[in-house]
Amino acid sequence: MKHLLDIYSLSSETIKEILDLAENLKEVLERPIPKVPTLRGKLILLLFYEPSTRTKFSFERACKVLSADTLSFSTKGSSLEKGETILDTIKTLYALGVNLLIIRHSLSGTPHFLAKHLKIPVVNAGDGIHEHPTQALLDMLTVREKLGTLSDLKVAIVGDIKHSRVAHSDILGFQKMGAKVYVTGPAHLLPDPKEAEFFEVRKGCFKVCYKMEEALKEADVVIALRIQRERHGEPYIPTLQEYAENFGLSPKHLELIKEKALLMHPGPINWGVELSYEMEQYPFQVILDQVKNGVAIRMAILLKLLSGD
Amino acid sequence: MRILLKKGRLLDPTLGLDLVGDLLIEDGKIKGFGREIIVSGEDIEVIDCHGKLVFPGVVDIHVHLREPGEEWKEDIESGTRAALYGGVLRVACMPNTKPVNDSPEVTAYILKRARERAWVTVYPIACITKGQEGKELTEFGRLKKAGVVALSDDGKWVANSALMKRAMLYAKNFDLPIISHCEDPTLSYKGQINEGIISAKLGLKGIPPSAETIAVLRDLVLAKETGTSVHLAHLSVKENLPFLRWAKEEGIPFTAETCPHYFTFTEKEVEGYNTLAKVNPPLRMEEDLEAIKLALKEGLIEVIASDHAPHSPLEKEVEFELASFGMIGVQFLLPLSFNLVREGLLSELKLLEYLINNPAKVLKIEPPSFKEGVKAEVCVFDPEERYTVTEDLIQSKSKNTPLLGREIQGKIKTVIVGEKRFDF
Repeated sequence: MKHLLDIYSLSSETIKEILDLAENLKEVLERPIPKVPTLRGKLILLLFYEPSTRTKFSFERACKVLSADTLSFSTKGSSLEKGETILDTIKTLYALGVNLLIIRHSLSGTPHFLAKHLKIPVVNAGDGIHEHPTQALLDMLTVREKLGTLSDLKVAIVGDIKHSRVAHSDILGFQKMGAKVYVTGPAHLLPDPKEAEFFEVRKGCFKVCYKMEEALKEADVVIALRIQRERHGEPYIPTLQEYAENFGLSPKHLELIKEKALLMHPGPINWGVELSYEMEQYPFQVILDQVKNGVAIRMAILLKLLSGD
Repeated sequence: MRILLKKGRLLDPTLGLDLVGDLLIEDGKIKGFGREIIVSGEDIEVIDCHGKLVFPGVVDIHVHLREPGEEWKEDIESGTRAALYGGVLRVACMPNTKPVNDSPEVTAYILKRARERAWVTVYPIACITKGQEGKELTEFGRLKKAGVVALSDDGKWVANSALMKRAMLYAKNFDLPIISHCEDPTLSYKGQINEGIISAKLGLKGIPPSAETIAVLRDLVLAKETGTSVHLAHLSVKENLPFLRWAKEEGIPFTAETCPHYFTFTEKEVEGYNTLAKVNPPLRMEEDLEAIKLALKEGLIEVIASDHAPHSPLEKEVEFELASFGMIGVQFLLPLSFNLVREGLLSELKLLEYLINNPAKVLKIEPPSFKEGVKAEVCVFDPEERYTVTEDLIQSKSKNTPLLGREIQGKIKTVIVGEKRFDF
């Protein structure tokens, strides 16, 4: 593995290796002094061209547990606004002796673009409406940990599938590991038939549902998504109330899903919109477990990309 | 001075000529042709054209020369040099320069620069609307007097249908052709590439076929209502075909154009976020490519133009969504189009009609031909030569084409424009 750019280009074997490694690394996080010297002397650059709380802190935490040094840079919009191309920005920062680049960007494909031009590993921390591979990996780790397996599960993803990079990575990742993925939400925010052709990684393992019930029925895992209003640029949702009433998850849906089915959300959550307030009390919601596993997954990625050089 | 082109295959759609023989040029003008021309005396250059095709210069009605305003991408000299190397001896340049060509002054500037520096004939196209903003008509009459040959808001569709209808009516006063860039901007909003499997894979907003076809249909309906012919630029999707057939049956006045990239490449070219393949309309699917070929074969599309759109690394070596749309093409219009002959879709003569006579007809100009006494605009083309497209070979200032590094077939060997002869 040279970079982590998307789930699309990962084999199921590689995904399993990453999950196994992350599972082992969780032990480090439980230690009284959670720090190991493995990446001492490595310089990691965190470049966040888009607001982020959990992903950025999660990566920073992972870097620090592994004793890597970090430089971080956050800005809104693109460097072009300052008259500099992103390629120039990165080349400048690269000259500082950076060993690995973690990037989040509002434009799809930016990590791929930089990977083409840089000799160091690039980690995609979310690019536009394309993918968010570390989120999918931590989602898979959480499910495997709680349910003991990933194969033969039914995963339901609810919300704005079209604009959600988390959904895209999850759809590909869970199928690669043997699960079925059903997506539902407002129809104009779901993949159209041509797009669905791409998302169907394994025949019969991906389904676009216009009725929530079909997606949720007998689901082992339910992933709720935030509406990506900032990415729309045009009105897709009539009102939040309309959305909450028709596509929000609430206790009435619990009888559809399997007993002890997991409820997940990549955050940030808009309580009362995609999840009703009562759902916070649902005993099998694992939203904070996801956050914890995120650090382990990111440690695993850094180790895989930086070990041996 | 005389030039004798010996033993080439002479092709001229104007005369319906397809003959292996000789062509004589005297003092920059066509003197005559025949199976064998015997000439004597001094002062004669003989070009052996055995195995080559000899035909009049190509007319490319869709070229962006970028001057004035974006000369780092291309200018009238470099753009027409690329054309010359490609056997394109007349180009019509689109008005989306900086400033846009919506006034007699900009038109006059382009023509002045062309007189000073162009290698081939340049015909300016002006905007349909002021500032290309789709709100008010430009001065069609004054633009015509300044030397404009057609009107287009290329790059933008005149989305206001009432305004478009008004433009199509007003154009009648001046016999100015209207060229439409068919794209409903509400459907292509923020779109980057063709909507489908690849757009899902790359996480890029797609441009659906409906964005083009809805625009095509509206323009055909307006052509029917006004009786003014509309030229539909750079068609790319299969969904257009039934509407083009309907328009033919109804006798609606229109002409349709496509570009080599729509019958050469598919959307797969953009995989890996390849900005060199980012173009508008976008590269489509295999079935669209086949449909465009069928439309050419059926004569629904009768004009092939390059949509030569130079961009420098400043516009292309950036994030995909920030990259500009477009690829260069005037230099490779002939070799790529010749694949249609190799595949048996069109005869040589038919293809040349699509590249010379039909575009000239759209612009209402006399096409280059082998008629006695007309200015010599002659190409000698080797349809067999294979070569790799390299940056050095490309005459444009910009090198943005997915052809880079690929082998293509067919090369212009000699061009004669008036009294000038160029060998490549």
